[in-house]
Amino acid sequence: MPETLTDTLLRVEGLKLHYRTRNGVVRAVDDVSFDIRRNEAVVVLGESGCGKSSLAKALLRIPPRNTQECSGKVWLNGTDIMGMNEEKFRKEVRWSEISMVMQAAMNALNPVVRVGEQVAEPLCLHRGWSSERALKHAAGIFSLVGIPNDFMRRYPFELSGGMRQRAVLAMALVTEPSLVILDEPTSALDVLTQANIMNVLKRIKREMGTSFILITHDVSTSSEIADRVALMYAGQLVEFSNADDFFRNPAHPYSRLLMASVPRLRQVIRPEHIPGQPPSMLSVPEGCRFADRCPSRFERCVKNPDLLKINGDREVRCWLYEKGLKS
Amino acid sequence: MTGDNEIVVSVRDLHTWFELRRWGIVRVGNVRAVDGISFDLKRGESVAFVGESGCGKSTLARTLLGLHIPTSGKVFFEGINMQELDRKGLLDYRARVGFVQQDPYGALPPFMDVRRILREPLIIHGVGDRKEQESRIRESMEDVRLSPPEEFLHKFPHMLSGGQQQRVVIARALMLKPSMIIADEPVSMLDASVRVEILNLLRNIQKTRQLTLAFITHDLSTVRYFAERVFVMYAGRIVEKSTVDNLLEHPAHPYTRALLDALPDPDPENAARMRELPSGEPPSLIDPPSGCRFHPRCPHAIKGLCEVDIPPDFEPGEGHTAACWLHRQ
Amino acid sequence: MNRFMTGLRQIGQYPSAMAGILVILFLVGLSLYAVFAIPYRQALDLWRGGEIWQDHPRNAAPAWVNWFRLNNLPSTIIVEKSSADVESENFQGWSRVRIPLEFSYTYDEFPSEMNLFLKSRFQDKGPFIRLFWETPDGREILLGGHRPRLSHRVALSQDRNLERRLDAPPHMALLSLPDDIDKRKVLKGDYRLVIDAVFFEEESSLETKFISYGRVHGPAGTDHQRRDIMVALLWGTPIALAFGLLAAVGTTITTLIIAATGVWFGNWIDAAIQRITEVNMILPMLPILVMVGALYSRSIWVMLGVVVLLGIFSAGIKMYRAMLLPIRESPYIEAARAYGAGHSRIILRYMIPRVLPVLIPGFVTLIPTFVFLEASLAVLGLGDPVLPTWGKVLHDAQGESALYNGYYYWVISPAFMLMLTGLGFAMLGFALDRIFNPRLRSI
Repeated sequence: MPETLTDTLLRVEGLKLHYRTRNGVVRAVDDVSFDIRRNEAVVVLGESGCGKSSLAKALLRIPPRNTQECSGKVWLNGTDIMGMNEEKFRKEVRWSEISMVMQAAMNALNPVVRVGEQVAEPLCLHRGWSSERALKHAAGIFSLVGIPNDFMRRYPFELSGGMRQRAVLAMALVTEPSLVILDEPTSALDVLTQANIMNVLKRIKREMGTSFILITHDVSTSSEIADRVALMYAGQLVEFSNADDFFRNPAHPYSRLLMASVPRLRQVIRPEHIPGQPPSMLSVPEGCRFADRCPSRFERCVKNPDLLKINGDREVRCWLYEKGLKS
Repeated sequence: MTGDNEIVVSVRDLHTWFELRRWGIVRVGNVRAVDGISFDLKRGESVAFVGESGCGKSTLARTLLGLHIPTSGKVFFEGINMQELDRKGLLDYRARVGFVQQDPYGALPPFMDVRRILREPLIIHGVGDRKEQESRIRESMEDVRLSPPEEFLHKFPHMLSGGQQQRVVIARALMLKPSMIIADEPVSMLDASVRVEILNLLRNIQKTRQLTLAFITHDLSTVRYFAERVFVMYAGRIVEKSTVDNLLEHPAHPYTRALLDALPDPDPENAARMRELPSGEPPSLIDPPSGCRFHPRCPHAIKGLCEVDIPPDFEPGEGHTAACWLHRQ
Repeated sequence: MNRFMTGLRQIGQYPSAMAGILVILFLVGLSLYAVFAIPYRQALDLWRGGEIWQDHPRNAAPAWVNWFRLNNLPSTIIVEKSSADVESENFQGWSRVRIPLEFSYTYDEFPSEMNLFLKSRFQDKGPFIRLFWETPDGREILLGGHRPRLSHRVALSQDRNLERRLDAPPHMALLSLPDDIDKRKVLKGDYRLVIDAVFFEEESSLETKFISYGRVHGPAGTDHQRRDIMVALLWGTPIALAFGLLAAVGTTITTLIIAATGVWFGNWIDAAIQRITEVNMILPMLPILVMVGALYSRSIWVMLGVVVLLGIFSAGIKMYRAMLLPIRESPYIEAARAYGAGHSRIILRYMIPRVLPVLIPGFVTLIPTFVFLEASLAVLGLGDPVLPTWGKVLHDAQGESALYNGYYYWVISPAFMLMLTGLGFAMLGFALDRIFNPRLRSI
């Protein structure tokens, strides 16, 4: 990787987000640490309920009402943004430095406001621009995400799903943030539209130098943009590797099973399912959280392993790698 | 069972249109959700209907189930013309076709427990006494590997995982021992790790019971393992029919090719290149394009032909049809 | 019905729900007590009023008012004696008895009234009596002579002659020293009313009963017809609960079925139901009920029927429709159609059970509104002509200008029962709402 791309944009250490529910405490994000470099796309992969969406909420400091604990350290360009007061965070970080495309956001557009105005709004709010100036700037973003400029005057219901998703993307990009968090940006879209959106993301990454956190459960789509992959399981990272290694040679037993469960179009490899179910987040097991589904389980697995560094830049939470990379 | 090539369902020039809200007595138009579809399904085969949302595949499924009344065309099921069925006949027909839906949680009445859910079809069709119903419930729960049944019989849908819910849906579809199962995107709402399991289950049941499976999906990548034939749909029509391997290796219709090109495999190379995609979006079904419906987006459109005449089914190969002028002899 | 059962199990976590249940249980207990203690027929007879109540004071306050007073208000004193109980002096053909009616008066206030009831037996010539009043300080006052009929009432406190003679209302003058009358001071002590009777026939006899009517009576007091208000308070409970429950059940179930039918079939059926509802919603319910009451019948069951009929096509239909519309489209309904469920099965077994848990809280809070409606009708004079109800008590109180006359208890006790009913059902209903509509629950 070129030298300019390796400097760290965001560093996360010991991030926790716990919810209070009627049945007990859900540790949705349980001590997650990772880093994102400039102009890098990190894909957070995981099954539903593994805490990947909660991770995004914690980063943007928008925890839901029933949050019991939201803690940890997050540095953006070396500044601790978790310790910042809310007012400062709102002014200087949220949307101007880190923006987000929420899950199903395309259905959350205000139906009675023109798309262009909605996209331009963050500029008026965060930079105090006049609406003309903001709209003019937004027009540039619209062409970047591939919406014809005359669509700016339309209302959300006049746009197709793909166009709305692009509009939501434009809204996240309009303040030119250094990091955009995308929560399942394509899961409700058709194959062609999905591929189109991924093209747009690739172009933005190249042209604007933006970093992305792409949260998804779709392994195939994630490979479209991933520089590195963070695989989550039951609230924890189990593997954090560069995309080449992850897709070609997954390290964690869960990663391997997950890759084997993906149906492939261009290779005849019969997909295999992963037996069992993830543990309930209300009572996660003491030891390795994947142990009871793991084919390579052994005595050590009664204790939960730490993230172990292998091959320099890979991290795996598995006792198999205690003494270096297992072949 | 009779011979291998017995035709279970035969559809001829089927149209299912929905009338748009009328302004007074003025007809505004129709949504041509299914617009001229013909095909045959054989006993014991699994056929995938592939297409994007709004291509009419779900409407087709619901027309086959008798939930929508076709505007014109014919549907023969085991030799009987569906349109000629009376109330009683339709009830029997519905027992012969099972339905598996997309959203397993939504497909189960939340106020019924599993036993009740599975008993409902039996009660409606007056099958057996309580004891026989109970044994059939247990039997089909074993079939979908919800075992031991005792553990699940008293559970309500929200107590089950997504995969278990979908198993209940499948078990319910099997309760009346149908000869055909229509599965409308049966795994798209499930987690990746469960999908394969449910598809394998459906496939096994289909094979062991010699069922016809109409497997509706938007995901071509699963098709290879779970269907013998593929019908590709676009804007209310079937544009290509082929066996799975043939279609994946030699796609004939430009739309099929576009779909295949757009689908990623998990490959780190993907990030390095942009995908070639057709421009534009699927057309409106109220006022579809003339001629070939794909022509406005087609990179190979032949001027003066594709936008004028509707392409008939050409045969680029044995058992392979494509509604595309590129394949005229 | 699993959501229903788990919901019910959660009730224990809501103190307000438990309080509501206690109140409702109390009301149900009161109803059962009323029905068993005063059988229906007897209740009707009692409420018709008349002779039955002659021993009761008129417009007496409830006994509990004494808890808040320095000087106690008097209770009713009844002294009875028969001529057979005392020795008679026999003469030729006639006899004479002196019947002493003794009582001690220890209250600080004067009674509200004094009456003497006489029942005599004779063939042709009735007895002759003279009444003497003996006070603790030894005075003897002649109250006058009477020739009683078979059943005779001597209204001592309304005797104008006596009043003129004593220079004060007799029931006051007789119970105080002549000098203290103006100070309204009671002379406490043992009094005696002596009935000096002369019988002119051998078989003649006389039953006497002296009543000094109190100013307090029982737990609820009495009304202008001397009826014990407690009868109406007790019997009002089962009537109110039955009316509220039947009306709520009747309207909710029929409304729900009609709304579900409209939603399921759609098209003109839905349109027709909607139009009927819209017309019905602007029809004022109360005037229609007044009309029915005035022109047809005021029976509570007729009223109930009209209330249910008018309640069916009410705003509830719109609400249920909004709740059922998305359910009609839900996949499980489609699945049910696909495996052959018919229309009625889908409506009754698939659509309605889905919304029932959400409706239960509303149903519970609906009950008191019908209780109040019934009371309002009674206050307007459209109450059932024969049944004792809370509304009827309020109606009588209003008719007698109870509040101007200081009979506040006459209004307070039925109002309290109404409020208690409302409170009980509301507390339970709102707690159920939080249980069944978790979105309302504070996290």
